[in-house]
Amino acid sequence: MTDRLKQVVNHVSSSNKMSNDLWQNVPLAPPDSIFKLTAAYKADPFENKVNLGVGAYRDDDNKPWVLPVVRKAEQILLNTPSLDHEYLPITGLPEFTAAAAKLILGPDSPAIAGGRVTTVQTISGTGANHLGALFLERFFPWSGNKEIYLSDPTWANHPAIFKNVGIVPRTYPYYDPKTIGLDFDGYMNALKTAPNNSIFLIHACAHNPTGVDPTREQWNEIAAVMLDKGHYGFFDCAYQGFASGNLDNDAWAVREFVKKGVNMLICQSFAKNAGLYGERVGALHVISSSKEAAERVKSQLSVLQRSEISNPPTYGARIVNLILNDAGLFEEWKRDIATMAGRIIDMRKQLYKVLTEELKTPGNWDHIVNQIGMFSFTGITPQQSQALVEKAHVYMTANGRISMTGLNRKNLGYFAESLDKAVRGQL
Amino acid sequence: MLTAVIARRSTPTALRALSTWSAVPAGPPDPILGVTEAFKADKDPRKINLGVGAYRDENGKPYVLTSVQKAEELVAASKPDKEYLPITGLAEFTKNAAKLAYGAESAPLKQGAIAVTQSISGTGALRIGGAFIGRHYPKAKVIYLPTPSWGNHTPIFRDSGLEVRGYRYFDKSTVGLDFEGMKADLKAAPEHSIVLLHACAHNPTGIDPTHAQWKEISDLVKEKNLFPFFDMAYQGFATGSISNDAFAVRHFVAEGHQVALAQSFAKNMGLYGERVGAFSLVTADPEEKARVDSQLKIVIRPMYSNPPLHGARIANAILSDAALYAEWETEVKSMADRIISMRETLYNTLTHDLKTPGEWGHIKSQIGMFSFTGLTAPQTKALAEKAHVYMTADGRISMAGLNSKNIEHFATSVDAAVRGNL
Repeated sequence: MTDRLKQVVNHVSSSNKMSNDLWQNVPLAPPDSIFKLTAAYKADPFENKVNLGVGAYRDDDNKPWVLPVVRKAEQILLNTPSLDHEYLPITGLPEFTAAAAKLILGPDSPAIAGGRVTTVQTISGTGANHLGALFLERFFPWSGNKEIYLSDPTWANHPAIFKNVGIVPRTYPYYDPKTIGLDFDGYMNALKTAPNNSIFLIHACAHNPTGVDPTREQWNEIAAVMLDKGHYGFFDCAYQGFASGNLDNDAWAVREFVKKGVNMLICQSFAKNAGLYGERVGALHVISSSKEAAERVKSQLSVLQRSEISNPPTYGARIVNLILNDAGLFEEWKRDIATMAGRIIDMRKQLYKVLTEELKTPGNWDHIVNQIGMFSFTGITPQQSQALVEKAHVYMTANGRISMTGLNRKNLGYFAESLDKAVRGQL
Repeated sequence: MLTAVIARRSTPTALRALSTWSAVPAGPPDPILGVTEAFKADKDPRKINLGVGAYRDENGKPYVLTSVQKAEELVAASKPDKEYLPITGLAEFTKNAAKLAYGAESAPLKQGAIAVTQSISGTGALRIGGAFIGRHYPKAKVIYLPTPSWGNHTPIFRDSGLEVRGYRYFDKSTVGLDFEGMKADLKAAPEHSIVLLHACAHNPTGIDPTHAQWKEISDLVKEKNLFPFFDMAYQGFATGSISNDAFAVRHFVAEGHQVALAQSFAKNMGLYGERVGAFSLVTADPEEKARVDSQLKIVIRPMYSNPPLHGARIANAILSDAALYAEWETEVKSMADRIISMRETLYNTLTHDLKTPGEWGHIKSQIGMFSFTGLTAPQTKALAEKAHVYMTADGRISMAGLNSKNIEHFATSVDAAVRGNL
């Protein structure tokens, strides 16, 4: 109150000041919840603290890991004398966008062969999601309300992305807390009962935050209903290669759906699988029914991109371009991806072993090894999560999600013991 | 292809879904970036690209500043990670960017009252500003742009939800500033309207108010309680002096205006494609800055989460190292000087050598990268088709695209166009 009074007095007394009340009604927005968690972790002096909130890969020493193949590519760029910093075209580095499309859709993709894929380089996955959402808001042949179905739960930023462009986010059942797995019946029911031609946001692989993916049989069933109902697939692919360790494997669902003729777009991120997080490398791929339509789509995506960023950043795209278009670097990249995915799978196996064989923690822990990708939904309650944060200095989100990359050989034992105590109510 | 697909389909809903994009109209090519596309497609060896505002050296080649090269090597040698930046970007960079624009002695800067965020170059800064204003500006969301202005300003602000109007700026008859018209229009604007001001090196005209005129504008803006939004894409590039080019911004802030500022490092650091920029808002005090800052994050997060590392690290390396900074300042001045010498040469060629009809003094008096030649749209079209000289349809040329090797072809082509001989 005194601060505010001081403010008012200053405004009133100062003769040189103008409309100082311009921004006085701008409310203080709450900080990003993950940011808060990270800040609390950083401030914690506890020696054995563990950060399982981070959505970025960490090596066994809990350090960020710049992929060796990325360092190689960077050296090549640094030693290329002719390299300048000129603007990219609005839709991005052409060699990169072509290669990125091939990577997700497969080199033999009929959609690519038919010229039916429009690819725009974006500011990583968020940028692709945003541009895709913006494009749909403007040009999707809406029959009813402008809305999209998001999985319950989904990446924390998804609802805000769609709300921001005027598309109302709805949810479809996805995670079943009873089985700590997929609520397939709920999912199918939502697909069947939604109005025809609805838009569904689908995680291509390694669902964030649950780590629960449909099986191939389930994917086929999902595709069948989508075709029957004329639904549109808004695919978000942030973990290709990271889920199973194999790029083609992880693209299976996307490629199947394209083959079957499901109407769709794909958001693609190279933040995780190439470890390029802050360089912001991504792409949006919109599939059309014809080459001519794809050209029109490209022209409109360009107009949208131009009034927001003009053109995307060069550096990260150049790195990925080198990797995707050089056979040797591509092989190295696959090995680096396998290293990351492998370590995570290793941590899953270890954690499972300690919980079930050593500590004999009550409950079924199969989901630890069945879930896919960077994250795991442990199945513990918000209270138990909170206890882990406050009593055991294990930082994780209230929904029970842990980032497997935050685990390593040094802290896995401590985490397992803490989790065990939390489950037993002994924290 | 389509018939085969239709044959496979049987359900009406699926058929309809197939042609999802059938009603999407073809969007127009970008009026500025589209020029480069046309230029690229041209095979004539004499072709000249004076479209996009990217600096070219004496040989018509892109110029990577030595200070930038050194900074890049420094950054690489430090083997930095690729972790996400905060939503508002590299903190050191935004601090240094604000210092560059506002000056280290700026009162609100020292007070900690300026909210700054890293942006996707100038376009991104304008868009963040537009979105923030669209959401939080407490008065009518109307923005006045100078006539003419950079082509992309209108879609940026319109897409941010603002109503876009114009104030008189370019005087065709004098090929100079219509100062009386500008003042009259700002006077007539509703109180609290937002006014976009080009901080220096107005794009596309190259016509800037004098210091005295800026002072008058400042007084008028104060009188009408207008909200000044500065677009500074050419700091250092206009006159060759970083501080000179920031005069208008700094004067307004010293006069107590709470400005918005979009800053680009595309031209003055030659970092174009790395997309380095910053958006800032002068607020009342640190408490308000914190609130504004938190809302800037809310704008940015659903658009692209956080900005790219590489360019910001390069820019920051230069801004935070005295030696690199000095080297950079010298290079900016030499770029500005080369452009000024091209202006001289072009003026002399047209006026004395070719005796091209018309008054060409504006070529010398205009400031910055661009020159409004006064050529008409049909003339620019003819220049592209017959002479392989490319510029935007409004007759704007990028002086940076001229050099001693191509200036003759350019001058003679312009001469022919003016005489109707193309």
